[in-house]
Amino acid sequence: MSQHNVIKSNSQDVQKEMITRNYDKITSGKVKVSSTFVPGNLNELLMCFDIANNLPEINAIQNAMRKKSGEMIMEAERGGHSEDVCTYVKADIGMMAKGNIAPNGKPFPDPDLLLLSYTGCFTFMKWFELLREEYKCPTVMLHVPYAADGKPTKNMRDYIVRQLKEEVIPALEKISGIKFDIDRLREYLRKSAIAEDNLVWMLEQAKRKPSPIDCYFGGVYYMGPIFTAFRGTDECIDYYKLLRDEIQERIDRGLGVQTPDGEMPEEKYRLVVEGPPNWTSFRDFWKMFYEAGAVVVASSYTKVGGVYDYDDFRHDPDHPLETLADYCLGVYTNRNLPTRVDMLARNVIEYEADGLLINSIKSCNSFSAGQLVMMREVEKLTGKPGAFIETDLVDPRYFSAANVKNRLESYFQMIDQKRRAGGSMPLAA
Amino acid sequence: MRTFIGIDLGSTTTKAVLMDENRAILGRGITNSRSNYDVAARVSKQEAKISARFTLFNHALGTKGGADRLLADLERNFRLEQFLSELAQLEQTCETYLDHPRFQEQKSALKEALTVVFRRIEVEAPGIYAPDAERKSDFFRDIAGSRFMNIAEAVGKEAGVSFEAMLNIYDKSIIDIESLVSPDEVVAEQLLNGLSRALREVKGVEVSEADAQVALQKVLGIELEETYVVGTGYGRVRLPFPKEHIRSEILCHGLGAHMMFPGTRTVLDIGGQDTKGIQVDETGIVVNFQMNDRCAAGCGRYLGYIADEMKIGLHELGPIAMKANKATRINSTCTVFAGAELRDRLALGESQADILAGLHRAIMLRAMSILSRSGGVANEFTFTGGVAKNESAVNELRKLIKENYGDLTINISDESIFTGALGGSEFARRAVMTTT
Repeated sequence: MSQHNVIKSNSQDVQKEMITRNYDKITSGKVKVSSTFVPGNLNELLMCFDIANNLPEINAIQNAMRKKSGEMIMEAERGGHSEDVCTYVKADIGMMAKGNIAPNGKPFPDPDLLLLSYTGCFTFMKWFELLREEYKCPTVMLHVPYAADGKPTKNMRDYIVRQLKEEVIPALEKISGIKFDIDRLREYLRKSAIAEDNLVWMLEQAKRKPSPIDCYFGGVYYMGPIFTAFRGTDECIDYYKLLRDEIQERIDRGLGVQTPDGEMPEEKYRLVVEGPPNWTSFRDFWKMFYEAGAVVVASSYTKVGGVYDYDDFRHDPDHPLETLADYCLGVYTNRNLPTRVDMLARNVIEYEADGLLINSIKSCNSFSAGQLVMMREVEKLTGKPGAFIETDLVDPRYFSAANVKNRLESYFQMIDQKRRAGGSMPLAA
Repeated sequence: MRTFIGIDLGSTTTKAVLMDENRAILGRGITNSRSNYDVAARVSKQEAKISARFTLFNHALGTKGGADRLLADLERNFRLEQFLSELAQLEQTCETYLDHPRFQEQKSALKEALTVVFRRIEVEAPGIYAPDAERKSDFFRDIAGSRFMNIAEAVGKEAGVSFEAMLNIYDKSIIDIESLVSPDEVVAEQLLNGLSRALREVKGVEVSEADAQVALQKVLGIELEETYVVGTGYGRVRLPFPKEHIRSEILCHGLGAHMMFPGTRTVLDIGGQDTKGIQVDETGIVVNFQMNDRCAAGCGRYLGYIADEMKIGLHELGPIAMKANKATRINSTCTVFAGAELRDRLALGESQADILAGLHRAIMLRAMSILSRSGGVANEFTFTGGVAKNESAVNELRKLIKENYGDLTINISDESIFTGALGGSEFARRAVMTTT
């Protein structure tokens, strides 16, 4: 797709530069590199040891948006991975098999460490097993208990803190040769909290009518820095300040959502979306929404790294290790189904949405399991209609545009019909 | 008069329903033209208008004095007129293809052979449309095609011209013929000719020839104004319609099913390429739906594929399956694998009927899964789409509904294939008329 006419905001350009700089840092050969996952990552802790943070899911997403993931997945399948395996994993394995070239065109160095900081997704564990086999590098696992009863317990928190003290930090000291300095961590956490305040402010602006932002398709850009290698940095604070100013300007000018094709003329539908987006046809997928005047006012995917708005979590410099534990425990997919239902239903009500749309991902069980039940529950709690579409993360073979469009159009027309409540009488003849 | 038209562009057939201001259905039209959606829409619309003329003629004549018989005969004779006229066009088109360099050497022999073939079909035509004649299909392509194949092979042999060349010319020509939409004047003439034929044939009708002619002329004089047209179905986005004239087929099927059976709460629609489970409220508004994703296993095309594999007609599948003693268990949900499994079973000596019963059950098991994902089956349950015409499919569905949901009212309309178009026509009416 031509990039020429795509309309981007200043903050998007800034973020692009940040990502490029991080890839340059990772591939420079001058720093130690840890592979780690997005949900509940320990970026501030890694920074205490000058270790760069390389996130395999982000690499898969980058490759998908550059239309490269398809061949990587097929490469992984040639290597023996089944069709049903998580496509992030296969894109990563396929990328390695194809020379392990980073999106900046330079080869990725072998990681110095695999830091498995979140295991709510069982596949993450298997994924790093594969990488450990490949790289034979040190692997540290931080076991995060599943919050099966809805609320994490003190026991769970203590268990994580103990692992940080006894396993994770000693391993990081050993690899980096740097002694752990808790005050350095506190400083990073303080910076995290500043950026997090602005992130939450941003999310909540979608309560306005029209919403100045799209919290799914736009949201994936907005949440980028906080969930990846930048949380705890000054540039992250600057980014969210810039973003806030941009959004404030839109509000002041009474503008709705900005799309890649320009301003969206009219906000016709307000949706809450559950599940990750499809990345291989991201732009086309989004277009199906904005062409119909549909805005996503809240989404669970913008909570995938960590949840800030539901129970007001902020990283807390006064309790540095405990706050890291809370962050990991609070990750969206580490919450039980009733909690997820409550979050989504509250979003539908508080953001005055027309209903819940679920994008169910074929190869992501940590998101997809139970989604139909969740939809029904949210429908019951809110009285608003739900709808269900099916795509995949980064496997282009599993995005059926006609099928998705058909369902979306039906959903939008269903909302129209409900609004008009114009049913029909039985036939006269 | 003002009319409201819904057109459902499916993957196999295109359907149109024409409705008047008072929500009375005047006409239904269907075509299997697949040359393009634009043509299919025009053909089905013209067919719906023809059907509306019959309805209006019926209103004018009433049913007394054998008028109903006259009407049935008129319809039959009109179809014959229509067939002959399309046949003449087909012949002309075939002749234009003879100028192709490929056929130069055989041109005159081919021309002679084709003439013989077409004269023979012409002679057979009245028999094809005789009062008690059974037709496996009402589509010109199917009838003309099967007659052409039969006759051309023998004629070709006698005349020493290649059957393949004749077939090739036919294949090229039929596509052109399918793209023709008869203008209103031609239809009017066919109707008047049909009426003359009918009046000659029908006995004991009290309506005088003059009265009938006048009544038909009057009906033909009524302008069927296309006040609003709504498009739905797979091809809807390719229609030359403005965006606001397009409705989702899920909503159209939900509304159409509600209009046919007002007690409907759950709809199952099995079309050519997709299977939909739809929940509607007491006013016909869709409240939930699920459909098959990416894979068309278990849809109408699956049956088409199986029929091809077994070298039998699509319409024969159901009746053969009804003769089964048991339903063979078919494990493959994939259309292609089901073909392989079918050959395996046949090789193992299982009966064709049992295997077909198993395949119909396999389709319905897929449909049950989609239904349950859409929220289950509530009373009343309405089954729509082309597959609802298949008695074995219906039979398996009834069993599964009973096993899983108990005794429910199951509605299947003879006109179920028009459900989406019906919903579309009501949406068209609502777009103009303020009252619902």
